[in-house]
Amino acid sequence: MTDTLSLRERRIGFFLAILLALLGLTMAAAARHGAMAVHGVIAMAIGVALIFLIAGSLYDPDADPARKDRYYDAPTQAGIFFTLIWAMIGMGAGVWVAALLYWPEATPLWPATSFGRLRPVHTTGVIFGFGGNALIATSFYVLQRTARTRLADAISPWFVVIGFNLFCVWGVTGYLMGSTQSKEYAEPEWYSDIWLVIVWVTYFVLYMRTLARRNEPHIYVANWYYLAFILVVAMLHIVNNLALPVSLTGARSFPVWGGVQDAMIQWWYGHNAVAFFLTAGFLGMLYYFLPVRSGRPIWSYRLSILSFWGITFFYIWVGSHHLHYTALPYWVQTLGMTFSVMLLVPSWASAGNALATLNGAWHKVRDDATLRFMFVAAVFYGLSTFEGSFLAIRPVNSLSHYTDWTVGHVHSGTLGWVAMIVFGAIYTIVPHLSGREAMASPRAVEWHFWLAVSGTLIYVISMWNAGITQGLMWRTYSENGALAYSFLDSVRAMAPYYLLRTIGGALFLAGAVVCTWNCRKTMRAVPMGGSASDRPLSAQTPPRRPFDAEPAE
Amino acid sequence: MSGADDDRPVDPVTGYQTTGHNWNGIIELNTPMSRIAVWALVLAFLYSVVAWILLPAWPTGNHYTRGLLGLDQGAEAVDGYRQIHDARQGWMARFDDPDFAALAGDPAVMAEAGPAATRLFHDNCAACHGDDGGGGPGFPVLSDGYWMWGGDPATIAETIRVGINGTDPDTRISEMPRFDWMSREERAILADYVAGLPAQSADPGSPAAQLFADNCATCHGDTAAGGLDNGAPSLADASVIYGQDAETVNTTLWAGRHGTMPSWSGRLTPAEINLLALHVLRLSQGRATP
Ligand code: HEC
Ligand code: HEC
Ligand code: HEM
Ligand code: HEM
Repeated sequence: MTDTLSLRERRIGFFLAILLALLGLTMAAAARHGAMAVHGVIAMAIGVALIFLIAGSLYDPDADPARKDRYYDAPTQAGIFFTLIWAMIGMGAGVWVAALLYWPEATPLWPATSFGRLRPVHTTGVIFGFGGNALIATSFYVLQRTARTRLADAISPWFVVIGFNLFCVWGVTGYLMGSTQSKEYAEPEWYSDIWLVIVWVTYFVLYMRTLARRNEPHIYVANWYYLAFILVVAMLHIVNNLALPVSLTGARSFPVWGGVQDAMIQWWYGHNAVAFFLTAGFLGMLYYFLPVRSGRPIWSYRLSILSFWGITFFYIWVGSHHLHYTALPYWVQTLGMTFSVMLLVPSWASAGNALATLNGAWHKVRDDATLRFMFVAAVFYGLSTFEGSFLAIRPVNSLSHYTDWTVGHVHSGTLGWVAMIVFGAIYTIVPHLSGREAMASPRAVEWHFWLAVSGTLIYVISMWNAGITQGLMWRTYSENGALAYSFLDSVRAMAPYYLLRTIGGALFLAGAVVCTWNCRKTMRAVPMGGSASDRPLSAQTPPRRPFDAEPAE
Repeated sequence: MSGADDDRPVDPVTGYQTTGHNWNGIIELNTPMSRIAVWALVLAFLYSVVAWILLPAWPTGNHYTRGLLGLDQGAEAVDGYRQIHDARQGWMARFDDPDFAALAGDPAVMAEAGPAATRLFHDNCAACHGDDGGGGPGFPVLSDGYWMWGGDPATIAETIRVGINGTDPDTRISEMPRFDWMSREERAILADYVAGLPAQSADPGSPAAQLFADNCATCHGDTAAGGLDNGAPSLADASVIYGQDAETVNTTLWAGRHGTMPSWSGRLTPAEINLLALHVLRLSQGRATP
């Protein structure tokens, strides 16, 4: 890491590391006990580790000046490393909580291992840890290549990657200690939230500065999506997390919102977290890696525009579909429902655009497991958005809400779409960054693909069954006006589905383990030399025109 | 835009022209806007407009458009509840002021009420007492015909209504006091004695029997058979709450017991409570389907 930084950058990094250690020390000293103190110690430990790391290189030779003729990929590499680590943690916790739902009596007598504390470890671990790191890592990679310029500076990408992971670690360790704001997907307490704002603003500024230096007249679609992701997540995060700390030396706080307004703000946040964290950013990923891997042009530029603005505009309205049949006024629910239905059109336009892009490359889809990951991602993106719009219709939601159908929908989106596109991107980037043509073990990629697909199908299909069974059991009356099933009956009926889900999840996790092993092997293997065209424009001979060099097949 | 006479390259596979943009090899086709997408958007929008006209939809300052159907979700919820309630009322009303003997003897009513009672029991009682009333550590067996508070249906209904050490003002109150003031040895021999009661292996002439008569008989009865309707169970029968091995009895003696049965007066209607009382009785007689 440090050999890619100039001496001046190392000094700045050294200074920032000292600041981080001091921040941690202050937090620990002020709070003295509880989650905030532990988090202070964690920050201090990371700060001190960085101090040592950088101090050792302060008097080393300066970085190679030729590095400016290259893209800056070290932060991307680190981001991918963290992506894989968090995949293990987050999906491991997922399989664990899935197993707890089947064997609840297996909960150890230790509060940190209770379902309630492990569940947010799972959601934060996968959404922010796994998904977030993948987004950050790929955004740097894609941004540089589509703007044909090097990242604007070398310090802020590291600040973003390390700062973001500190936020994730604070979140996850906090839950284990029982520290939470009790807002789903926004559980971390006030100081973590402020920290994330600092990290995120840095991220945004870095993105804009790099984009401003681009050597291309136009901004590629992928960047629109990444930017929407960064910008809207900042807005959502700040508004939903407005809270008054009980004291500045403790982890607890109260949200400034109350009652049904709080619920609406939370789900406005919650759904747009789905939209701009779990969808927009990953669409950016899809728009870059799919054409690159398939070697095909994006099928329709116009459809890209329609989808982008449709998704951005409609999504903002639909949060209320999470609050159907609640104290939220009916009119808000109607708006959420109708906008969700309209949202299907741009969503399918994206999925369709992706699939049509594969036109002329179907033989590659058949032969290349990496491209198949992306193909499956596009299909599941279509499926889960169709399902989402359907579930948003009030009478349908009256059946599905509170059931495992929601969980099935969630994982058809997250496993089938989000995780698949991440793995597709990883399998494209990792050999590239290691200067190789392909992953160390193509067979392992093939294995991973089938583990992931079968795991997803088992998970999703069992949850559909579980959810619809639950929903029907809860609403069936016998002709004498009494409920036909007790709640307990519906809990018992879940057992086979919960077992299946655990198995499906374990398969999916196994695939992720195979991926991690394969990536490690690839990164350690001997490089074969990078491609000459993979340089900023300033360092290139005139770029080849499309199709010029494409040999006739 | 799509004039064919400019020099933008054409994609050999589809024959479409590209947009001329190129990002490090990524290019885009200049495919015209898909008709289907536009029509789908129009259709989805029409659906929305119809929904906005029919349903409450857009805010207008302090009010909102009510929609032609005039729907109100509060009213709908109450309505739905009424319908179910009315459907039940046919047979449920008979349980309002029960003549238990007559009800239990009427197979037609019980045929309708039986399954409903099972569901009520599963939803409200089974978490503590088990589906079949089989109880569990700390929660008494209801299906064995041994009672702390009495086993005729009216008394069971009263127990359910007010609870035991519950929140109802008339709740039944009972407590197994702590005997932590006894010496360790006294507790040990007493525990052995009590553990032997169900099998009638306890020695009536022992010092433990004397301790029992002095300290325990007021509540548990001279023969330890309970039945005083004060909440103290029989210690001489096979039915146990916490456990009647010497070790558990020792714990009971040292720490006391204060079991809590919730009061159901605020949560279930009188008819439901009566129905449950009959269900519990029938469980204890082996006549109800658990
Ligand atoms: C939270 C746990 C709990 C629930 C729920 C519960 N009970 Fe109980 N119940 C108890 C306990 C504990 C006792 C014994 C109290 C004691 O030990 O003094 C008890 C005692 C009783 C008794 C008295 C038994 C006797 O020997 O006199 C009856 C009858 C009874 N429960 C019926 C019910 C019914 C019917 C329901 C459902 C509406 C119900 N219980 C729900 C915990 C519960
Ligand atoms: C003030 C009345 C009272 C006295 C005196 C009393 N008990 Fe109890 N005992 C109770 C009550 C009430 C319960 C039921 C407690 C519950 O279920 O929570 C009980 C429960 C028990 C149990 C638990 C039964 C089971 O099934 O698990 C044992 C054993 C017991 N008593 C033994 C004794 C012994 C031995 C003595 C004398 C040293 C004694 N009790 C004195 C009221 C009394
Ligand atoms: C190894 C595979 C996985 C398994 C076994 C798994 C398992 C689970 C389980 C058991 C739950 C709790 C459901 C409940 O409370 O009833 C859950 C919730 C959730 N998971 Fe996963 N999961 C996996 C992968 C993922 C991934 C990769 C993501 C995201 C990228 C994800 C996102 C979520 C979300 C958002 C929820 C909350 C759903 C809700 O509240 O409705 N999961 N998961
Ligand atoms: C057109 C697109 C979509 C629409 C209209 C939509 C709609 C919905 C609806 C109606 C619910 C159920 C709310 C409830 O009953 O509680 C839901 C839940 C959820 N959806 Fe979607 N969905 C869409 C796409 C996606 C995608 C692509 C993902 C993931 C990548 C996703 C992730 C989730 C999550 C995580 C939840 C659970 C939230 C919670 O209760 O914790 N959705 N969505």
